[in-house]
Amino acid sequence: MTLFIEQCLNGLQFGLLLFLLAAGLTLVFGIMDLVNLAHGSLYMLGAYFAATFAAWTGNFVLAVILGVAATLVVGMVLEVVVMRRLYGRDHLDHVLGTFGLILFFNEAVRLVWGPAGLSMPLPSWLQVPVEVLPGISYSAYKLALIAVTLAVAGLLYFLVMRTRIGMLIRAGASNREMVGALGVNIKLLYTLVFGLGAALAGLAGLMQAPILTVQIGMGENILILAFVVTVIGGIGSVRGSLVAALLVGFIDTLGRAYLPDVLALVLSHDAAATAGPAISSMLIYLLMALVLIVKPEGLFSAGGR
Amino acid sequence: MKGPFTLRNGAAVLLLVWLALLPLYANLTNDQFTLTLFTRIVIMALAAVSLNLILGYGGMMSFGHAAYLGIGGYAIGMLAHEGITNGFIQWPVALGASALFALVIGALSLRTRGVYFIMITLAFAQMAYYVIGGIDRYGGDDGLTIYKDSQFGGLVDLNNHVVFYYVCLALLFAGVFIVWRLVNSRFGLVIQGARSNEARMRAIGFPTYRYKLVCFVIAGTMAGLSGALLANNADFVSPSMMYWTRSGDLIIMVVLGGMASPFGAVFGAVALLVLEEALSGITEYWQIILGPLLLLVVLFARGGIDGLLVQLGAWWQARRVKPSAPERASA
Repeated sequence: MTLFIEQCLNGLQFGLLLFLLAAGLTLVFGIMDLVNLAHGSLYMLGAYFAATFAAWTGNFVLAVILGVAATLVVGMVLEVVVMRRLYGRDHLDHVLGTFGLILFFNEAVRLVWGPAGLSMPLPSWLQVPVEVLPGISYSAYKLALIAVTLAVAGLLYFLVMRTRIGMLIRAGASNREMVGALGVNIKLLYTLVFGLGAALAGLAGLMQAPILTVQIGMGENILILAFVVTVIGGIGSVRGSLVAALLVGFIDTLGRAYLPDVLALVLSHDAAATAGPAISSMLIYLLMALVLIVKPEGLFSAGGR
Repeated sequence: MKGPFTLRNGAAVLLLVWLALLPLYANLTNDQFTLTLFTRIVIMALAAVSLNLILGYGGMMSFGHAAYLGIGGYAIGMLAHEGITNGFIQWPVALGASALFALVIGALSLRTRGVYFIMITLAFAQMAYYVIGGIDRYGGDDGLTIYKDSQFGGLVDLNNHVVFYYVCLALLFAGVFIVWRLVNSRFGLVIQGARSNEARMRAIGFPTYRYKLVCFVIAGTMAGLSGALLANNADFVSPSMMYWTRSGDLIIMVVLGGMASPFGAVFGAVALLVLEEALSGITEYWQIILGPLLLLVVLFARGGIDGLLVQLGAWWQARRVKPSAPERASA
C-alpha cells in the first residue's frame, strides 16, 4: 500500500512534468500552427542553464529563476531569428527546419559544456523525506515539483482564461487574420507565446536536472512522450494536454511498476520478466492507438482542426 | 525520366554510371573506403526512395520510416541468432514483418492527417525502438552481432564486398523502377490525386484510405528490404538504426533530393551522406554546420537538388534560345 501511494505520487509528478512540455507544444501549435521538434532542445537548455547557474551562484532557487529566464530569452530570440520565417509554411518544412535546429543545439551544447553530462546538486532542505500520510514518507523535492507544476498550471489557466493577453492568445488561435486586422501587434504576441512555451519547456528540464543527469539528447525521448500527450489530448487544447499528461504519467509509471507482477499471474515467471519491460514500454502507445480508434482528433480537440 | 535530353536526366545518368562503375574505381585505386561508404549510401538510398513514394507522391508525412530499417534488420539478426541463416527464409521474413508492421501502423495512422500523422508515425516508430531495445535475448540496447551473412545456397556470396555492392545497387535500381512504374500507373495517379485533394478523390468514388494503406505497406516493405541489406552490410543490428533521428535523416534525403521526383531520393541520399562524410572530416562538430544548412535548404531551396537541376536546365535552355526567338522563350 505504501509503495502504491508512492507510485501514484510518482505518476502524478511525471504527468505534471509532461504537461509543462505538452502545454508549450500545444500552445505554439494551436496559435502559430507550428510543429516545433526543437521543443526538446529548449528542455535540455533549461537543464544546462540551471546546472550552470547553480554552480556559479550556489543558490538553488536563484539558479531555477535564472534558468527559466535564460530559456525564455533563447526562445524569444529563436522565434525572431528562425521560427517567424516558418509560419505559414508546410508542416514538413517545420519538421525539417526544427530537426536542423536540434542538430545545431545538440552540437552547440557539446561545444560549450563538453560531451560529459552535468549534475545539479539539491540543497539540503529539499533532500529530507516528508511524511505525507502517517507512516508514508515521500521525497521533499518531488513534492516541491508537484506543487510548483500545479502552481504553474493554475497560473497558465489564469493567464489564458482571465487576462487580456490570454484573450488575445485565444483569439489568435481561432482567427489570427482577424486579430491582426483589429490592430493587435500579432508579431509581438507570437514572440511572447513562443517565449512562454520555451520557458515552460526550460522549467520542465531544469526541474528534472537534479533527478537525472543533465546530458545531450535528454530532451528527445521526453519530446516523443509530449507528442503522444498532445495527440491523445487533442492538438491545440491546453485542457486536453493536462488530462492526457496525467493519464500518460499514471499509466506509464504504474505500468512499469506493476505490469511484470500482473503478468506473472498469467505467464511463467521467466516469460513475465522478459515480456514485462517490453510491454510496459508499449502501454502508452497502445493507449494512443486506442484513443485514435475512438476519437481520431484526440480527446479534447480544439475546434476547427 | 522520359523525353528529350535535359540537365536533370543527364545528371541522373551520370550518377547511375558513377554508381555502376564505382567498384572498378575502388579496385583500381585500392580505395576500399569509398566502396564501403557507397554501399551504405546505396542501401540508404533504397530506403529514401521508398519514403519518397509515400512522402513525395502520396503526401503522407511519415516520421517513422526508420522503424522498417530496424524491423528488416532485426528479422535477419534474430533468425541468424537462432541459427537460421538461409537467405531464402530470412529475407521473406524480413519483408513480411515490415509489411505487417506497416499494415498495422498504417491502418491506425491513416485515420488521421497532417500533424497528427507526423506525430503518430513518430510515436509508433519509437515504440518499436523501445520494444526491441527491451528484449534482452537479442542484445537489448547493446545490439546484436550477426556472425553469418544470409546464405543463398552458393547462388550469390554476400561476403564478397563487390558482389554485395552490386546486389544492393541492383535492388536500388529495381526500387526506383518499381516506384516510377507505380506512380505512373492508375494506382499511382489515385495516390497523387489523394495528395492534392483527398475529398475530391473520395467524391468521385475512390476509397482513398485503402489506396493509401496499400501504398504505405509497399513503401514499408521496401524499407524493410533496405534494413535487411543494412544488417548484412554491418553484420550488426542495434536499436539505434531505428531511432527517430534516422527517420529524420531519411526525410532530409527525400526533401534535399527533391520530393516526388523519380531520382530525387537517390540524389538526396548521396548528397547528405557524402556531405556528412566531408563535414565530419573538417570538424568534429560537423552537425553545427549541417543543422543550419538544413534550415537554409528548407527556407530557400524548396525543390531540392532536383528542383535546382530543373531550374538550371530551364535557364540554360532560355539562354540558348533567347537570341534567335525571344518571344517563344518567354511564351
